[in-house]
Amino acid sequence: MQKIKLGYYPGCSLEGSSREYNESVQAIAEKLGIELVSIPDWNCCGATAAHNLNKELSLSLPARNLALAEEAGLKELVVPCAACYSRFTTTQHELMHDETMHQKVNGIIGKEYKGNLRILNVIQFIEEFIIDKLDDNIKFEFNKKVACYYGCLLVRPNKILNFDRTEDPQTMDVVMKKLGADSIDWAYKTECCGAGFSVSFTEAVGRLSGKIVEDADHRGAEALIVACPMCHSNLDMRRPEIDKYNGKKLNIPVLYITQAIGLALGIDRNILGLQRHFVTVKLNDFKPFAKKIEVENLQITEEI
Amino acid sequence: MSESHNHLVDNSLSGKIKKETGVSVARCYQCGKCSAGCPVSVDMDYPPSLLIRKLQTGLPEHEEQVLRSKSIWFCLSCEMCIARCPMEVDIPPMMDYLRHESIRLKKVNPASKNIISFHKAFLDSIEQTGKLYEMGLIVDYKTRSFNLMQDVMLAPSMFAKGKLSILPEVIKNRRNMKQIFKNTLKNKQK
Amino acid sequence: MARIGVFICHCGENISATVDCPKVSEVAAKFPGVVYSIDYKYMCSDPGQSMVVNAIKEHKLTGVVVSACSPRMHEPTFRRACAEAGLNPYLCEMANIREHCSWVHEKGDKTDQKAIDVVRMMVEKVKRNNALMSIKVPVTKTALVIGGGVAGIQAALDIANAGHKVIMVERDPSIGGHMSQLSETFPTLDCSQCILTPRMVEVAQNPNIKLYTYAEVESVEGFVGNFTVKIRKKAKSVDETVCNGCGLCTTKCPNKKIPNEFELGMGKRPAIYVPFPQAVPNIPVIDKINCTYYKTGKCKICEKVCQAKAIRFDQEDEIIEVAVGAIAICTGFDVKKTDFFPEYGYGKYKDIIDGLQFERMASASGPTSGEMRRPSDGQTPKKIVFVACAGSRDPAKGIEYCSKICCMYTAKHAMLYKHKVHDGTAYVFYMDIRAAGKNYDEFTRRGIEEDGAKYIRGRVSKIYERDGKLIVVGADTLMNAETVEIEADMVVLATAGVANPGAEELAQKLHVSYDQHKFFSEAHPKLKPVETNTAGIYLAGACQAPKDIPESVAAASGVAGKISCLFANNELTREPLIAFVDRTAPPEYSSCTGCFLCQPVCPYNAIEREDVKDRNGNLIKQLAYINPGLCQGCGTCVAVCKSKSIDIDGYTNSQMYYEVDALLNS
Ligand SMILES: Cc1cc2nc3c(=O)[nH]c(=O)nc-3n(C[C@H](O)[C@H](O)[C@H](O)COP(=O)(O)OP(=O)(O)OC[C@H]3O[C@@H](n4cnc5c(N)ncnc54)[C@H](O)[C@@H]3O)c2cc1C
Ligand code: SF4
Ligand code: SF4
Ligand code: SF4
Ligand code: SF4
Repeated sequence: MQKIKLGYYPGCSLEGSSREYNESVQAIAEKLGIELVSIPDWNCCGATAAHNLNKELSLSLPARNLALAEEAGLKELVVPCAACYSRFTTTQHELMHDETMHQKVNGIIGKEYKGNLRILNVIQFIEEFIIDKLDDNIKFEFNKKVACYYGCLLVRPNKILNFDRTEDPQTMDVVMKKLGADSIDWAYKTECCGAGFSVSFTEAVGRLSGKIVEDADHRGAEALIVACPMCHSNLDMRRPEIDKYNGKKLNIPVLYITQAIGLALGIDRNILGLQRHFVTVKLNDFKPFAKKIEVENLQITEEI
Repeated sequence: MSESHNHLVDNSLSGKIKKETGVSVARCYQCGKCSAGCPVSVDMDYPPSLLIRKLQTGLPEHEEQVLRSKSIWFCLSCEMCIARCPMEVDIPPMMDYLRHESIRLKKVNPASKNIISFHKAFLDSIEQTGKLYEMGLIVDYKTRSFNLMQDVMLAPSMFAKGKLSILPEVIKNRRNMKQIFKNTLKNKQK
Repeated sequence: MARIGVFICHCGENISATVDCPKVSEVAAKFPGVVYSIDYKYMCSDPGQSMVVNAIKEHKLTGVVVSACSPRMHEPTFRRACAEAGLNPYLCEMANIREHCSWVHEKGDKTDQKAIDVVRMMVEKVKRNNALMSIKVPVTKTALVIGGGVAGIQAALDIANAGHKVIMVERDPSIGGHMSQLSETFPTLDCSQCILTPRMVEVAQNPNIKLYTYAEVESVEGFVGNFTVKIRKKAKSVDETVCNGCGLCTTKCPNKKIPNEFELGMGKRPAIYVPFPQAVPNIPVIDKINCTYYKTGKCKICEKVCQAKAIRFDQEDEIIEVAVGAIAICTGFDVKKTDFFPEYGYGKYKDIIDGLQFERMASASGPTSGEMRRPSDGQTPKKIVFVACAGSRDPAKGIEYCSKICCMYTAKHAMLYKHKVHDGTAYVFYMDIRAAGKNYDEFTRRGIEEDGAKYIRGRVSKIYERDGKLIVVGADTLMNAETVEIEADMVVLATAGVANPGAEELAQKLHVSYDQHKFFSEAHPKLKPVETNTAGIYLAGACQAPKDIPESVAAASGVAGKISCLFANNELTREPLIAFVDRTAPPEYSSCTGCFLCQPVCPYNAIEREDVKDRNGNLIKQLAYINPGLCQGCGTCVAVCKSKSIDIDGYTNSQMYYEVDALLNS
């Protein structure tokens, strides 16, 4: 198998509070012969804080990374964190559509970003480089009922991201079905979890994440599947606030989609970082993989 | 609007919003779809459509209410409003602009102090190290917001699960990082 | 020698506020060939026209230039005045110094100079004008009505009752259109079928009307008074002349589970079917896509049971050619389906229906016999939410206009619901209540005050399903934009009215224009609301924009009036501004080389081949000949002719050259 090399931007959370996300991305990539090359000397993307306080700063921090990646000769850039991904694509869009700002930012960072990078979120990464390899490598079927949670930043703003549909997106569901999961239709796929307010406005996060966890649980999902470290920490670590809001204790675990893939590939749970979760991941009894699972893309029943 | 109206000078806050962000609050026909979809409209003093309404009248007292509102700080930039707005009124960049103006004119709502402290602590961490130093952030934020007791329960278990590092990760080119902050955030605040 | 008169109009202040009219007149007086020049406040007024008439007589003018507004506005006026004075009307030209000058420039020398140039150009042109005779063409006094909804029905009946022949072409197996699907109608709540069915029957029985159902217009050629139309009569697989409408076949067809289009999928029908019991004509058609015989070659049960022996499996589409003098487009509209709304579930929730589906549910002849039963489980909805402006006034979804009828029918729906479910609650999410019309606002008020519909001002942001309920999330903008959540049993979306599928194709066949939403365009929004920009083709009803029944009917009667006026003449006069191929003496006969490049480019198929023969009948040469009856004077042929043999009367090459020359050498 020829080794595929892709640019990689882990971002701060993946080196800290969400390191299991990084671990699982790396684990499945390695298993399937993909090398992820980190941007040399990358910095934080600035997240919500930067664009709340200063526009140029919010563009310059991601732009420095993009320029460094380009300098390093990278063509594709995999950005697993949905928040970083959103900052990167927005920056790319703004710089490419506003020449004055582009020049200004080049000046601020002391580098030039030409705009040649293809920025991929984790689902695009999976669709493009992982899905085709699954059939030959799956060991277990992920035979569980799951609720795929997309949050805000993967699908909005649609005009810039142009990824999946804004309401009731399907790409994660398709991946999960491909692993053998029963992905449910539910109401909170793209509702906000409270995002960056985890620390500074915890009550709101308790309420917003509470509704999400409750609806998934109510519809019988055995796991929530996410693709963003902010969503994960809100839905997983904020469980006390969530339970307080709902007035009951909910035990539904929250998995990164890469962890789910890792489990299906038979990778060790600890390598995937499942032990780091606050809500214990009890899921087991996976069925040995028997035959290829055919999934239709974007199937929506349209019967009156 | 037709070009012939472009020469109109508009010094109202909505005029400045239009000039700086391209967002026209005049397009809003007050359908309320944004407010109904906004996850934090219950926390806001003025849900998004009402905030826009206040900008539409352009009365000084209304503009003052907008700049001093909690709403602009509670907005999560989740983009739900623009995703559903039939008139494509791009609220999130407008919120960004209003936040910047609110700071510049020293009109920040006291109830948003936690949020701003957090943002500032966050950016300080980046300025120093180039990356987010979560442990440092929590300590710094707690001291700034005087919320010392909040989250004390979380940190040890995060630490135990390997989710918090004691020492910060530091990028090599820290000069570059200082320079970026000097040219942006620090520049504005002077 | 040319003796030209120039008449400069001030158009009140429209022109004179910007252009120095006396100065223009003074300069024009010195142009070669100009013998008379004058300016006046209102040239088009009675005294103004008299000035023209008198000057022609007094100064023996051979040509007239009126320098005023656009020829579209007043060319006919001044040509008539010239004719009155005995001057051939085609020796009068207009120089437009209003739209082309005073309205688009600031006051000043340059503007005056432009006005002078425009006048000079027309003077040079008019010197080379020829006296032309208008063309007379006969009128075929038969009208074609396309579409048999309430608008088409009204137009057909009015024209037929004026004593003219009508051919009606309807795409569906029955006439009636959307009105036949409605339950009761605002603002009176009378039963739609009861008022429409008699009129449908009248169409079928009127000796002046020939009805083709299950038919479509294939092609249209010709011009006002003289259209040739090909109609495709789709094979019904039933011989209409033999079938007696007993309907036995439809009860015996084993293939009964096909979604019924008339019930918008809420009911089922067999493969051989009559769309609804009151259909006109009451003759079944076989749906070839779903018929077992057409699919597998076996069955033919209908043929066996049919006493009249009317089933024809081998029937083929038929093309019928008809000659008509005028055409009325009455092809109506359509509504967006629930799958158009991402935020309301992309059509995946069964209990979210559109307004037309609600009409069928409320209709005594509908799939639930008029009872309120939600599609998912047949339960009576106790809480129902109506969503107005669904997809309308929504530029983000590509529809910026107001659909106009939905405010009224939503109020009607809420009332009908309350009349049927007394203990139920009806909520209406709305943005504005647009109820302008006789007794309309009173109607919506009745819905609110007497029937207790609860109106909430705000758009619905999201609808999702949970535990068998539809959770409707909206805001009340009259209450500080507070979020309102309603657990509803059923939701009705008043979806946007849109153009009928196929409208664009039909417009292209007819050479009429349509707007960006594919609705047909009227010739003038105020003064020509039922005409298209093609002479002899009219439009009525919801094919122009969403309209309610009274408006559709009024427009249809307007069209009938227009067509009756047209048919009051035995001949029509046409402008003689058409192309001709030059003719010279033998042995050339013409500079035309017979290449016939012009023939395929003519959009009106007006170019024919003419044989030039010697005395013994031997062919000497083939030349292009332009049929004056068909030519519309578009000039396309002139542009492609390599030997420059084609010219257009009124716009000859020489006239154009001198006009341009006058401009360049000013
Ligand atoms: C839910 C709902 C409720 C309503 N309630 C009311 C009410 O209570 N009161 C009221 O006044 N109005 C009401 N209306 C409006 C009313 O339906 C319209 O005003 C009316 O149907 C318009 O008539 P029409 O003949 O122009 O078009 P249509 O009714 O659409 O008829 C057009 C006809 O043309 C045919 N056709 C289309 N294309 C072609 C083609 N290419 N060739 C041949 N034939 C073709 C179609 O098959 C159809 O038969 C309601 C509308 C809706 C959607
Ligand atoms: S959704 Fe758009 S139009 Fe409606 S109230 Fe909000 S900003 Fe205004
Ligand atoms: S971006 Fe802000 S205003 Fe808009 S919906 Fe999200 S939180 Fe509300
Ligand atoms: S031949 Fe076709 S239409 Fe006739 S009975 Fe059979 S299925 Fe029905
Ligand atoms: S008629 Fe009423 S419901 Fe329909 S689009 Fe217009 S305002 Fe909205």
